[in-house]
Amino acid sequence: MRREPPQTFGDYSPLLFPAAMLTIFFVVPFGTMIAVSFFQRQQGGFYTPAFVFDNYARFLSAFFGGVLGFSLMMAIAVAICCVVLALPFTYLLTRMARRVQIVWLVALLSILSLSEVIIGFAWSTLFSRTAGITNILVALGLMGEAKALTPSFAAVLTGMVYQAFPYTVLVLFPALVRLDPTLTEAARTLGASPLRAFFTVVVPALRNTIVATLIMVFIFALGSYLLPQLLGRPQHWTLSVLITDQAIYQSNMPFAAAMAVFLVLVTLGLVALTVIAGRKGEAA
Amino acid sequence: MSGLALQNVVKEFGAFKAVNDVDLTVPHGTFVCMLGPSGCGKTTLLRMIAGLDLPTSGAIRLDGEDITHVPTHKRNLGMVFQSLALFPHLTVGENIAYPLRIRGAPKEDQKKRVEDLLSMIHLTGYADRPVSKLSGGQRQRVAIARALAISPKLFLLDEPLSALDAKLREAMQVELRQLQQKLGITTIVVTHDQREAMTMADTVVVMSGGEIRQAASPIEIYRRPADSFVADFIGQTNLIEAESDTLNHVTVLGQPVPGLQLPPGAAKATISIRPEDVHLTAPGGGALTGTVTFVRDLGGTIETFVEVAGRQIVAVSTPRARPEVTVGQEVGVALTPDVCVVLRK
Ligand SMILES: Nc1ncnc2c1ncn2[C@@H]1O[C@H](COP(=O)(O)OP(=O)(O)OP(=O)(O)O)[C@@H](O)[C@H]1O
Ligand SMILES: [Mg+2]
Repeated sequence: MRREPPQTFGDYSPLLFPAAMLTIFFVVPFGTMIAVSFFQRQQGGFYTPAFVFDNYARFLSAFFGGVLGFSLMMAIAVAICCVVLALPFTYLLTRMARRVQIVWLVALLSILSLSEVIIGFAWSTLFSRTAGITNILVALGLMGEAKALTPSFAAVLTGMVYQAFPYTVLVLFPALVRLDPTLTEAARTLGASPLRAFFTVVVPALRNTIVATLIMVFIFALGSYLLPQLLGRPQHWTLSVLITDQAIYQSNMPFAAAMAVFLVLVTLGLVALTVIAGRKGEAA
Repeated sequence: MSGLALQNVVKEFGAFKAVNDVDLTVPHGTFVCMLGPSGCGKTTLLRMIAGLDLPTSGAIRLDGEDITHVPTHKRNLGMVFQSLALFPHLTVGENIAYPLRIRGAPKEDQKKRVEDLLSMIHLTGYADRPVSKLSGGQRQRVAIARALAISPKLFLLDEPLSALDAKLREAMQVELRQLQQKLGITTIVVTHDQREAMTMADTVVVMSGGEIRQAASPIEIYRRPADSFVADFIGQTNLIEAESDTLNHVTVLGQPVPGLQLPPGAAKATISIRPEDVHLTAPGGGALTGTVTFVRDLGGTIETFVEVAGRQIVAVSTPRARPEVTVGQEVGVALTPDVCVVLRK
């Protein structure tokens, strides 16, 4: 269907409500945060309007640079793990009977209803020495003695992947359902084993969806600030943890705001790069 | 034996038998059209030949070897789907080269083969186009070329031409037939268009309710249909009840037809006579007597509807051979015994 581009101001009126919401709930708070990031901090937890770069300058240290790098690396790892796990899972799910699909989707949706705190404590119990899964392995004779798996990087990664996995499946599901099942059948008649058909047809045909999902999970994982504290050591703390720490416990709003702004900028930059790379790949 | 053989193939979906005990031999190089009403199991049968579905029981043999349990990708076949199933992320050339790439053919060979195939389907120079930028007929050809890229042992097509308009469809039927004759590949086409089947096939397989009703050459199917379903499904026909007395004198619609014979021992049978074989004459002289109820002049042919003892009989003739009849006139309907087909019950 071909549509006329909007002509008059009235044609844009359906956009007014979302535009207003976006302004009130995103542009204004974000603008405030940018402003605060340039304010002068006062001892005792207050700040005064000013235009200083102190907050950004303080941020540009090896320590915070390292945390930023770790946060990005962690988010990328979570995004990749989620997509690598969710893509075959969702593909197989779309090929199952309707009833099976519903059971799985309800189970995944119920994970979404869990708060980060509950997920964190549940996994820290599961990874503990006294009550954790290693006890099962010991009972099965696969391990000598029970040990604690947390705090560790792997524990943080597991928790975050667990948290983001349902989102990943829900984003991939519609695209995979819409994918014509005869495409894989055609690939099989042309000599591809089911596995090769998956990698040579399903994955490339869904390239754009996969990239979009990676970006979504990446951003989702960047915002996680409880799981790294519950399941990791201080060196596994992400920038979000430090921002929370500065904003709430150190009462240093301007510095927290500066870190948040910086994180947003870096994230936007990475997303833009991904999109540009995606376009290039498409043209090639 | 070289060729394809289906032996007692059955496919059940739950309690429902989609394909019921199908036996069929297709000699190497034959062009087979499977024809039948919607839901009669044609696609199911084709998918089993391709290995996309597993038969509930029975065997499928290719060149004497049992391939019933050989996975699809090891069968070396080419299949064109009704939706065509061209890969949207690949260009025309990459689509055609896909089966070669999967088999690890060298890049130069792939390129050469793609060029040969493109010239075969009259699309030279289209290799770098995205498939989304092709017309329906061009896509059709690309799907055919992709299926033929490895010179398959079996070429399967599921209603390949149904999405095309009538003109293009007829042109593609001729092209497909010529291509198949040139390559000599055993080909099975599913269709529900009987004209298409008559145009292309060496063997027409008429199916209904999951069973094969008749498998024979198009002309034999047309001239000697095995039963009333086939007679009615292929072309137009008049199905008339005939009765025989103990002395084997046959009467049709209460009037004697000298020379017509029913199988020995049969008191009743249905006979099929094609409209173009019905000749209208003057009443009497061994012909059935009836009344003209309607004349449809289509320019190229004329259809005359004659009512004989409450039954409608249609006669088709060309304008030149046209008998001078008008509605309400009493005419004779000559049933020449050698064009009447006595159908088995
Ligand atoms: N996966 C399935 N599960 C259950 N029933 C099925 C399945 N596939 C096909 N059938 C049934 O089997 C019968 C034959 O289907 P099939 O697709 O082979 O018909 P067809 O002859 O190809 O018809 P058409 O000309 O409409 O394509 C139909 O009644 C259909 O409902
Ligand atoms: Mg079908």
